[in-house]
Amino acid sequence: MTTPAIGSHDPALSDEGWVRRFFNATEIDTRMLGMVGALLVIWAGFDIYSGILRPGDGLFGGSFLTPRNLWILMVQTSSIAVMATGMVLVIVMRQIDLSVGSMLSFISVSVGYLQVYGLGPALGVGHPAIWIIAVLFGLAMGALLGCFNGILIAYLKIPSFIVTLGGLIAYSGLAWWVIRGETVAPMDQTYKLIGGNGPLASIGPLWSWILAFFACGGIVTAIITGRQQRRRFKFPLRPIWAETVIGVVGSLIVLGTTWLVNSYPWAPKVIEKYALDHNIPIPEGTLDVSGDAICREGDKIVRCAGGLSYETGYAIPVLIVISVGFLMTFLATRTRFGRYVFATGGNPEAAVLAGVNTKRLTVMIFTLMGVLVAISALISTARLDSATNSLGQFNELYVIAAAVIGGTSLAGGIGTIYGALLGALLMQSLQSGMTLLNFPSAYKDMVVGGVLVTAVWVDQMYQSRVK
Amino acid sequence: MKTRYLTAAAGALLLGLAPLPAMAAGKTIAVSWKTFQEERWKTDEAAIKAVVEAAGDKFVTTDAQGSAQKQAADIEGLITQKVDVILVVAFDSDAILPSFKAASDAGVKMLSYDVLVEDPNALYVTFDNVGVGRLMAKVIQDAKPEGNYAFIKGDKGDPNATFLFQGITEVLKAGMDGGKIKNVCETFTDGWKPDNAQKNMEQCLTSTGNKVDAVVSENDGMASGVVAALDAQGLAGSVPVSGQDGDKAALNRVALGTQTVSVWKDSRAPGKAAGEAAVAIADGKDAASLPGVTKFNKGKNGVEVNAILLTPDAITKDNLNDVIDAGWISKAEACAGVKAGTVKACD
Repeated sequence: MTTPAIGSHDPALSDEGWVRRFFNATEIDTRMLGMVGALLVIWAGFDIYSGILRPGDGLFGGSFLTPRNLWILMVQTSSIAVMATGMVLVIVMRQIDLSVGSMLSFISVSVGYLQVYGLGPALGVGHPAIWIIAVLFGLAMGALLGCFNGILIAYLKIPSFIVTLGGLIAYSGLAWWVIRGETVAPMDQTYKLIGGNGPLASIGPLWSWILAFFACGGIVTAIITGRQQRRRFKFPLRPIWAETVIGVVGSLIVLGTTWLVNSYPWAPKVIEKYALDHNIPIPEGTLDVSGDAICREGDKIVRCAGGLSYETGYAIPVLIVISVGFLMTFLATRTRFGRYVFATGGNPEAAVLAGVNTKRLTVMIFTLMGVLVAISALISTARLDSATNSLGQFNELYVIAAAVIGGTSLAGGIGTIYGALLGALLMQSLQSGMTLLNFPSAYKDMVVGGVLVTAVWVDQMYQSRVK
Repeated sequence: MKTRYLTAAAGALLLGLAPLPAMAAGKTIAVSWKTFQEERWKTDEAAIKAVVEAAGDKFVTTDAQGSAQKQAADIEGLITQKVDVILVVAFDSDAILPSFKAASDAGVKMLSYDVLVEDPNALYVTFDNVGVGRLMAKVIQDAKPEGNYAFIKGDKGDPNATFLFQGITEVLKAGMDGGKIKNVCETFTDGWKPDNAQKNMEQCLTSTGNKVDAVVSENDGMASGVVAALDAQGLAGSVPVSGQDGDKAALNRVALGTQTVSVWKDSRAPGKAAGEAAVAIADGKDAASLPGVTKFNKGKNGVEVNAILLTPDAITKDNLNDVIDAGWISKAEACAGVKAGTVKACD
């Protein structure tokens, strides 16, 4: 409020000035903030609506905004989210990858087949090396398939739309060829943890808090080193209060999420089985069906409020998404590779003239995409505890939609990793929420399709107003 | 002209003189596949061929390669060759109707196999799809006569998903009306996909606070997703789950106790039944008089046809040895990871 005269004269104008100043100073992406806002509105809506149908213990009396549902939501999003981070860079390069779904299917059934019919009988079921070999095999396969796509696109100059459309059809044929439509199950016990299914596939509250504190420390360090760098290169500095706001809000988000995942207790049946298998004593107590813990009442094991209980913490697939998101953001914004990708996407001819080897870059991008597809394949098969042809079907559509809802421009040159992650979360929220409300599935498809188109329309209106 | 009459007369004389069993031999039975590229038809063909050749008849096949026009041309060709019976797995059940009529007019007997063709003169041989639904609901109801039921249905675009559900509700209706059985979740599953079924089941468990006592899943693939979701809540094994197809992984789950039933259609059974019916019809028997033939009019045009509707088997822990003995699955595959003494077929 440096101009109090205007402020007193026209409060609305001064207010807008204050908001704009805040965003300019903190350099927060308002677009992202809009998405987060939309997400929160959708979440609250689902919680209120589900509460009307069947009262629960969610924030607004429903069953959507509960630690349990949000925890599951994060796990459900993980497979699409991992692929969406790669799709952003592919689209930024003015390319497209339609083959990710079929590729996921092919890698899934191959990894499943290897475990059940190859490694299982050869090494003995449950051998500790099985999951390592399976993971490495899957990643190598993804890299090879992606690299193959990239070579066809870059060096044979076939448009990526055609190459990956061919891949979409061919890889699903290969997946069928591997197992002939059968379901391969079960997966290795250690391998299963990648999917986040079961209590041991999460790291527990202690490690979750340790991780959270390291993350907060990381945020503070990043702000401080960022400030030093800006000073070194004589870039304009953010005001101290803006830095503080970013640090505090960032840390609060990390701590809040950690508190959330640490509030999701194991299911009573799971605790019971775990306690009996590991000879853990179960305390005495009385029956209370609303509790999350278990007690021993006489010789029966019952649900109770203050007995034996465990909290889940971060699920392994969610940690994989966070790591992938972090690494991809680093790659996109802090490395020469990333700058070349955005430069090529912004203006391919100029990039070539500036000496960027765009062909090699294309191969690298598609190889990276392949590896990310492989990670998603590992998560999907581990989560389902089996591999089938149908895994991954239509995933290309959801992955591309997540990237686009997240603000990636199909014209190339623009896109963010966190946007794609939010986009994936938004779409999964819609689907999970509508399933929770028992929506007929025809409506679900209509809503998801509608949201995709609306999101892009709103984004374009916003972009043109900003300009 | 004269010689032709003579041979015909001689033939008639010979036939008249020949002993009865020889009458069966020498007929030609044809199959028109809609597309032979699918794995499953090879089992059907082997079963039909075995029956036909054992009766001393000739067996020929054509493959329409997924084209309605080619199938019509195939049948025309078979009529010209004067075959006695044609079994048709129709690619397009409406477009093929004129071919059925032409064949009947030429005196060729027709069977529709697996896919219903609504021609009143054709015998329809298939598994009873409504029966599959009835069967899975019955096993689940026996295991859990009262409580909260979740229904994981197949793809909304597939009429089979609805057929199955008809059979399921037929069985459970009394329990539902009486308040013993409560429908707490009911969802279609896009593309019958296991991962979608898993998500649907997770949402169902969340919305009911794990208060689900039984799950009717319309096939084995989706059952794998359902069991994974139940497993995450420590409920796998204590909540009955149904399925169908006799998937190897599902039969293993039946042995492990995490899935209650897999309704299994022995793919050799319809081939055998169709082969036997074709041989009998070729010998001039009336389709309506064959054993196991009933009237069926549940097609979309409501035409009444003679039909052989085979009952599938409900494979549970108790009769798991049926699938092992039939060579559908090896004992090692079915019993992988099963503790000794829990399942009879595995010991």
